[in-house]
Amino acid sequence: MVLTKKRLIAITLVLMVSFFILLLYAPESLIGHRDDNLLLFVPKILFLALTAAIAIVFVLIFIFRSEYISAQLNTFSRFKYYLKLLIKRDFVSRYRKSILGVLWSLLNPILMMLVLTMVFSTLFRNMFTVAFFPVYLLSGQVIWAFFSESTTLAMTSVIAGEGVIKKVYVPKYMFPLSKVISSLVQMAFSLAAFFIVVIVTGAPFYWTMLLIPIPVLYIFVFSLGVAMLISSLSVFFRDLTYLYGVFTTLLMYLSAIFWPVEILEGSALQNLIGLNPLYQFIRYFRYIVYWGKVPDLWFNFVCIGFALSALCIGTYVFMRQQDKYILSL
Amino acid sequence: MIFGLDNVAISVQNVSMKFNLSKDKILSLKEYFVKAVKRQLFYEEFWALKNISFTVERGEVFGVMGFNGAGKSTLLKIIAGVFKPTLGAVVVNGGVSPLLELGAGFDPECSARENIYMNGAMYGFSPKFMESKYDEILDFAELWEFENVAVKNFSSGMTGRLGFAIATSVKPEILIVDEILGVGDYKFQEKCEERIMNMISGGVTVLLVTHSAYKIREMCSRALLLEKGELVCTGDVESVLEAYGDTGSKKA
Repeated sequence: MVLTKKRLIAITLVLMVSFFILLLYAPESLIGHRDDNLLLFVPKILFLALTAAIAIVFVLIFIFRSEYISAQLNTFSRFKYYLKLLIKRDFVSRYRKSILGVLWSLLNPILMMLVLTMVFSTLFRNMFTVAFFPVYLLSGQVIWAFFSESTTLAMTSVIAGEGVIKKVYVPKYMFPLSKVISSLVQMAFSLAAFFIVVIVTGAPFYWTMLLIPIPVLYIFVFSLGVAMLISSLSVFFRDLTYLYGVFTTLLMYLSAIFWPVEILEGSALQNLIGLNPLYQFIRYFRYIVYWGKVPDLWFNFVCIGFALSALCIGTYVFMRQQDKYILSL
Repeated sequence: MIFGLDNVAISVQNVSMKFNLSKDKILSLKEYFVKAVKRQLFYEEFWALKNISFTVERGEVFGVMGFNGAGKSTLLKIIAGVFKPTLGAVVVNGGVSPLLELGAGFDPECSARENIYMNGAMYGFSPKFMESKYDEILDFAELWEFENVAVKNFSSGMTGRLGFAIATSVKPEILIVDEILGVGDYKFQEKCEERIMNMISGGVTVLLVTHSAYKIREMCSRALLLEKGELVCTGDVESVLEAYGDTGSKKA
């Protein structure tokens, strides 16, 4: 059987509908309370069904288009050295001509945290109280900073790669991918800074902190998807770069980074904030480093769903447009 | 069909390439909406190549001829994988070293050393492999003194020498050369030609663009002639040169 685009979409839809029907009668342990607000319950199930469908379609693609996949993997392994050098160059140029060098990566999140802690523990001290506020703050900040940095850098990466794209063949996804990976290295430093703050403030350690690679993987896949999408669009619409800065700022305020989500109690936003993928990733991260809880299956599904959807959309748009880049650069 | 035959190095099958010629590029969302509202989103189509087919056999030195604007560089860029053809397909069997432009893919901010590794990685070679070729490259390019100088400070001759040295030192199976044999002084040119001749006798397939009838006669075994994106003829060098002369006199 040949997997054409139309067939793939049809398979996804059929799978999604069947999963949806199945899940409506699934045990509560898997999907949470059935007496939830119906307005939330139906989209929740729909989303779950979509995630499962996409995952199966992924497997189908791997089985039926194995030739295509292995060709892609071959190209990737041919260019892995190039990817490595790109990341290395990013890193070197970041610290070129700075005295403190790599130390900045540690200092930056800590200083940022200090500023925000000062602001919120003096100016806005009556608004809310959060135990170990610096830890709470930094746990959100680490995730948000990774997302915002990786996507912002990746956005202009294809445009910046003009000199190479126009003259040599390299897989074009190398450019956004390298930016997301170098931001990941950056995030490792922020995580180190985070643990320093945990020790200094005397906040509790939990064994669940060992699960950190899981949310990191989720946010990595999600950011990669978004990075592919916007780096592709920005080739054709250069002014998106400015809009995106505004967008990330908005996202920062909507992701419950420096305020507890409880202050939304009773407002319309309380239901909507769950639709913000970044909020979910941050909450997941806080579950394991701040509250010391293990996220349940449903929570994992939500995160995987957001991450996979972003990756699917991003890859699809990027691959469709990549042959046109050269004509617009 | 030509698939699966081991002696074919490059097979170009019904390749056409279309470009959109817009009077001014639309590069922002704002402009796009303004033009869309004004209904000015028109492009002029331009076919740089029309239905080109030919094959190059392994070990052959193949010449590509044609006047300026005939589509030679577009064709080479498609074979090198830089452009994807609008229609048709290109099958290349073996590692390609494209010498399309002076210093293609160099990062001007980086030093010669970094660019050697970077450029090698672009062709899929590991830093370890490039290290083994490092001395040879700098010897040939005669750039030992400028090892750690940023390429942006290089003269065009130096950039060209470095590019040529890298592309030919990695022992490609197919070499694509676009009129850049005019790099540097006559001494270096001779050195380049000697090296290409050595590679040819070593069995490397070469695709060569040149305007010089002398060079075509001297080096190529077969050639093709392009005119305004169309394939005029393929065949032995003499008949193609004759056709080249004919189209030239028609133009004049």
